[in-house]
Amino acid sequence: MAHSGINVLFEGRNLVRLFGGLGTTIEIAAVALVLGLILGIVLGVLRTFPNRLLRLLLRLYLEFFRIVPTVVLLFLFYYILPRQLGVNMPANEVATLVFALWTAAEMSDIVRGALISVPKHQRESGLAIGLNRWQLYRYVLIPQAVSLELPATINLVTRVIKTTSLLMLISVMDVINVGQQVVEANNQKYPTGVFWVYGIIFIMYFVIDYPLSWWAKRMDKKRLERANG
Amino acid sequence: MKKYSLKKLMLFLGIAASLTLVLSACGSKSSQSSTSSSNRTSTVQQIKKRGTIRIAVFGDLPPYGWVNKQGQRVGYDLTLARQIAKDLKVKPKFIQVNANNRVDALNSNKVDLVLANFTVTPERKQVVDFASPYMKVSVGVVSPKTNPITNVSQLQGKNLIVTKGTTAENYFTSKQPNVKLLKFDSKTQQFNALKNNRGVALADDNSYLYAWVKNQPTFTVGIKSIGPKQYIAPAVKKGNQSLLNWTNKEIKSLNGQGFFEKDYNSQLKPFFGKEVKPGDIIIK
Repeated sequence: MAHSGINVLFEGRNLVRLFGGLGTTIEIAAVALVLGLILGIVLGVLRTFPNRLLRLLLRLYLEFFRIVPTVVLLFLFYYILPRQLGVNMPANEVATLVFALWTAAEMSDIVRGALISVPKHQRESGLAIGLNRWQLYRYVLIPQAVSLELPATINLVTRVIKTTSLLMLISVMDVINVGQQVVEANNQKYPTGVFWVYGIIFIMYFVIDYPLSWWAKRMDKKRLERANG
Repeated sequence: MKKYSLKKLMLFLGIAASLTLVLSACGSKSSQSSTSSSNRTSTVQQIKKRGTIRIAVFGDLPPYGWVNKQGQRVGYDLTLARQIAKDLKVKPKFIQVNANNRVDALNSNKVDLVLANFTVTPERKQVVDFASPYMKVSVGVVSPKTNPITNVSQLQGKNLIVTKGTTAENYFTSKQPNVKLLKFDSKTQQFNALKNNRGVALADDNSYLYAWVKNQPTFTVGIKSIGPKQYIAPAVKKGNQSLLNWTNKEIKSLNGQGFFEKDYNSQLKPFFGKEVKPGDIIIK
């Protein structure tokens, strides 16, 4: 067992580097999620407004980001747009921007769905007691929509975190990219090292994502209990 | 009901139309990009003014460009990269690339120079500009020490192990039709086949073979080089004449100082073992 693959993790600064990569992953995911969720909520509310042109534009935005695969979006923003428009952003910023726009698009649909599934009599009662549009959203629709949209939002969050594993394609030094460096540098000495490196990456993602998905499930259950008595 | 579905259809058509518009705009622009993008290259002066040179390197290909356990970028390409930055009196900034985005990184001006084991090919010459080569590779043949193959004539009518899609397969298929080829999908498979005596010898890029025999003392690279030589060279963005000229001069002067031999001895020799001479890899 002198050359067991697990030792690859404890050679030099390998483990520290993997956690550094995880830091990059989390940082990009967190900033993108905060920006994306805020923008998504605003867009989602706008999508329930009666203005048809506005709705069409937002729908186009949503469909674009939902249909085009994330890999293609990353390549588009990192390699192709700078060539056409002369905007040259560092890889980490491009990654954050793409993920924020993508999150916003998906979130806008979740928010819209939640808002329109608030029972119709709630909206009508609100209008009947003389609330204006702002008050209607602020006091009637949004508070009731929040519990409806939370599980789907958390689901989106876990999906965004998982998808950061694509970032190595645009030269972001995320946890997967660092893992690959470690694997290749130690291939001769530890042929089974690849198992351990990807194993620890699996554990890292699991530790972040599982509590979120557990929380989502729990909240959904609570909501159903409340709704159905 | 009917009106509703018509509306949906119109919406769908609208989305499709606008997507096509956006995409075609991208397409038409990219055809003119060669003219507009040539303005956006980094000349030597601009690099000096900026104080950093952005160099694309590999992070997972020992011993050419990789990251050691201390987390430092090292390798044959990296030593050259640091020397180039030093001679330009700027700081190097390394951007890790994969084999298939080396060209894109240059063309979208993400990097100034590629030093990532970049083999010169006619197809690549059309999209990037290569400077003078700093390394050469060619096909080599490895065989057991007990029954060494030192000449192609010994291979006639015998089984030779290769990996599909390599330069070795290409060369033997087109130039040596009398050699029977036993083809495999991966490096691991081909080396296992050789160990199990499925063929008398194995052909691949000689630099891989040197590194492999280092750990396999019962085998030897009997034929070190066969067929056309391939060159590894620095690449700059197409049309970046200023940096291209500078790099050419730099390679020449480094060659004069014996830099590449030193680089070979410090970075490649520990991987390749004693059997290989610097002259097999570097260019004099």
